[in-house]
Parts: sequence; structure tokens; C-alpha cells
Amino acid sequence: MIRHLTAVVAAAALLPAAVAGCGGSGGASSRTLTVLAAASLTEAFTGLGEAFERSHAGVDVRFSFGGSSTLARQITEGAPADVFAAASPATMRPVADARLTSGAPRTFARNRLVIAVPPGNPGRVRTLRDLARRGLKVVLCAPQVPCGAAARTALDVAGAKVTPVSQEQDVKAVLTKVRMGEADAGLVYRTDVRAAGARVEGVEFPESARAVNDYPVAALTGAPQPEPARAFVALVLSAEGRAALTRAGFEVP
Amino acid sequence: MTRRGVPWPLALPALLGLAFLVLPLAGLLVRTPWSTLGPRLAEPRVLEALRLSLVTSTLATGLCLLLGVPLAWVLARSGFPGRGVVRALVTVPLVLPPVVGGVALLLVLGRRGIVGQWLDASLGITLPFTTTGVVLAEAFVAMPFLVISVEGALRGADPRYEEAAATLGASRWTVFRRITLPMVAPGVAAGAILCWARALGEFGATITFAGNFPGRTQTMPLAVYLALETDPEAAIVLSLVLLTVSVVILAALRDRWVSGP
Repeated sequence: MIRHLTAVVAAAALLPAAVAGCGGSGGASSRTLTVLAAASLTEAFTGLGEAFERSHAGVDVRFSFGGSSTLARQITEGAPADVFAAASPATMRPVADARLTSGAPRTFARNRLVIAVPPGNPGRVRTLRDLARRGLKVVLCAPQVPCGAAARTALDVAGAKVTPVSQEQDVKAVLTKVRMGEADAGLVYRTDVRAAGARVEGVEFPESARAVNDYPVAALTGAPQPEPARAFVALVLSAEGRAALTRAGFEVP
Repeated sequence: MTRRGVPWPLALPALLGLAFLVLPLAGLLVRTPWSTLGPRLAEPRVLEALRLSLVTSTLATGLCLLLGVPLAWVLARSGFPGRGVVRALVTVPLVLPPVVGGVALLLVLGRRGIVGQWLDASLGITLPFTTTGVVLAEAFVAMPFLVISVEGALRGADPRYEEAAATLGASRWTVFRRITLPMVAPGVAAGAILCWARALGEFGATITFAGNFPGRTQTMPLAVYLALETDPEAAIVLSLVLLTVSVVILAALRDRWVSGP
């Protein structure tokens, strides 16, 4: 019995070493820069990543796009990452509070909400108040995620009492429901409508100015590649970065 | 007795396997905010989501039994051509990422879907964003578990009892009802339990097809996911509730219907 136990303990001790051995490939010839970024940055950052690889020979940029709060949790739980770009100051805060950002996060972009409607606007939505109309199927982000909080603010400013048919887990899910015609309208970011092309239409509304989302970016203290990390943040804040972000539909400070 | 009964090439991987499955659960328990557990559990939204989860997964299991047992019988007992292909098709929801399953359901049963369009126009029924939609999404994902278990049980059952009944003049339906079904009852129960457990944990297809609205389509897994966005401790509490309820129910059912050695 004792012999069996020793074997178990030995195997359990060897397992993490073996797993770590698998992950540690690569070496000095090609370095990997890991950038965790909000899903809404997919289009803008992919282009910037390619530009960065061209100007920094030997650096391989790898993106992980996802919900900002999920990414923030991955960082605070110790996932190795070099740069974090979040969709709201609130989702950057836990990372900054844990002293995991090198320097204060910098705001590099702003996103505002628009009403997304299926092509042809079958629900004839013109203003934010139209969303309160009976029989109109509206989807919003859940209040727990940044786009949901922004939607709530905008609707409050407009004095519109909207009961959505669904509170989606992220902004892309809202867009899917509108694109497939399941919903007559949804509140998404302007960048999402631009990325969706002709499959949805965007209706701008003045109250969106009161619910603008700031996007902060920061290099991380635990960065395996601290130098390229700082360079990537600089690229995002540069004229080239601003141009890419503007093309994607962001406003830049 | 047991020590002599379990050879170490089996005991070692078995122990590792158990640790692999149980350690994440221990991780949840370690992080549980025990001091605030009471008030968090008493929140009406938690009970609402739990009630909805139990109701929908039970209804989904009922639907799976109604459709899945006959399907398993056809696969196991009738030798129609192309049976292998059909059997492979039945397992598609197992392989399909549930979110894709949800989109596929929208394409068929959604407001602009092939069937959904007709349902809306002629009967005024829309399924997305409804509790019925939740049941359908869960049944879609969970049914293969039932069909595969029941088919396996049918293939393992001795056909001579059925043949004997048939020679005594029983019709195929009577044979199915009086001989086959009682014979494979443990398999059906095991399949139903798997199916129910899968339906209870369903997330992707549900949120894609039925959306998320408290009291109507927000089941426990959806509530857990959204709580994770802002309040990870609440998410852990919700997960624990779901785990406790399911483990208690599964343990009770297993002892009653699927008697082990």
C-alpha cells in the first residue's frame, strides 16, 4: 500500500514538470508578445499587430480577444501576459489595484453606442425612445458587462423605459440576435456596426455622448517581454495606432 | 478485500483520474465566501434561476425520453439501410460547440427560420427568448446522451426473450412495452440521469437560442456566467448551489433506479 502511495506521489510531482516542459518551447530566436484585448478591438488590433511584427523583427504578436472582465481575471489569477487593453476603466481597475500594470493605464480610444437594426430597419427605429415601443423586440447587454452599463446610462438619459427580451452576455451576442432578425433593435458599439458591414444598420442617437466608454491600455508588470510590451503600448498611442482605431470606428482622445 | 481486488496499474490511474475530476471542485470550496453564504443564498434571483433550471432540465429530459427511447429502439432493433449514418447524425449535438447548436436552432426555429417563420405566421408562436426555447435548447444538447445509453442497453439485452414473446403471439408493440422496456429500464434510467445532468449544466445553446432574462430564460449556468463578470464570489456560491442540488438528486436517483453491485 505504501509503495503504491509513493508511486502516486511521484507521478503527481512529475506531472506539472512534464506539462511545463511542453509549454516552454520557442527559445530566444523568436519571442512571443501576448496581448490580451477586449473583443471589440479585434479588427483594429489585428492590423496593428501585423505592423508591429514588421517593425520588430523576431517578435511574434499573439492576441487573445475576449470579454474584458474575463481577461482581467486571467491576469489577476496569474496568466502570463504582456499587454492588457480593456473596454472600460472598471474592468482595468482590478488589474491596476493589484499593482499588475506598469505605470498608470492610458486611455487610447473611446467607443459610443448606436442602435443596431436589421437591414431595412423593419421596426422603424429612429430614436432611443422608440425602443420603449410595445411589441418591439429589443436586446441589450446584461447590466454586468460594460456595454450593458453604458446602455443603461443612455436609456436613463433619454428617459426611456425599455424592457428587453434578453440581456446578452456580450456585445457580439447582441449583434448576432439583430443580424439574424430575432431582435428588431439592439444597443451595440459603433465599431461593431462598422465591422458587421451591410448585415446590420446603425442608428446614431444624441444621448450616446453621455455614455461613452473609455478604453485603457497598459503594459503588465509580470510581462515575460517587458520591452516589446512598452513598444506595443506606444504603437497603440501613436499616430499610426490612432489612424487604425479611427478606421475601425473609434474616437481617439 | 478491496486492496487485493484492485491491481495497482488500475488503482494508480484511477486515483489520478479522481483527483483530476475532484480537485477543481475543491478549488471552488476553498474560495467560497462562507461568512456571507446565507444572505447570498436567500436572494430571490438565485432561487428564481434555480427553480427555472430544475423545471426546464426536467421538462427537457421528459422530451428526450419521449423522442429518444423510440429513436434508440429504431437504431438498435430495425435494420434499415444507412443506419450507421443516422447513428452518427444522432451524436452531432455532442460534437457541435453548443453555441453553434444555438445558432443552428435559430436558423430553423427562429423568427426567420425555416420552421420558425411558419410557426410565427400560422400559429403565432415564437420560440426564441421563451422558457420553451430553453427546454428545446437543453433537449437538443442532451438527447444524444439518452439515445446512446438506451441503444447500448438494447444491444446488450438478450433478444431471445423478445423472440419467445413474439412466438407466443405478442405484437411488436406489446413486446416492446411488456418485455423490452422493463429489460432495459436501468439503461433508460441511467441515460435519463445523464441527459438531465447535461441539460442542467447547459449554457451555450441556451443563451444563444433563448437569450438571458431573469425568471424567463436565465437558468443557473447563465446566472453563474454573468455573476462572474462583476462578482466572482457570487458566481462561486451559485455554482455550489447548482452542484449541491445536482449531486444530491443524482445520488438519490442512482441508488433507487440504477442499482450497482
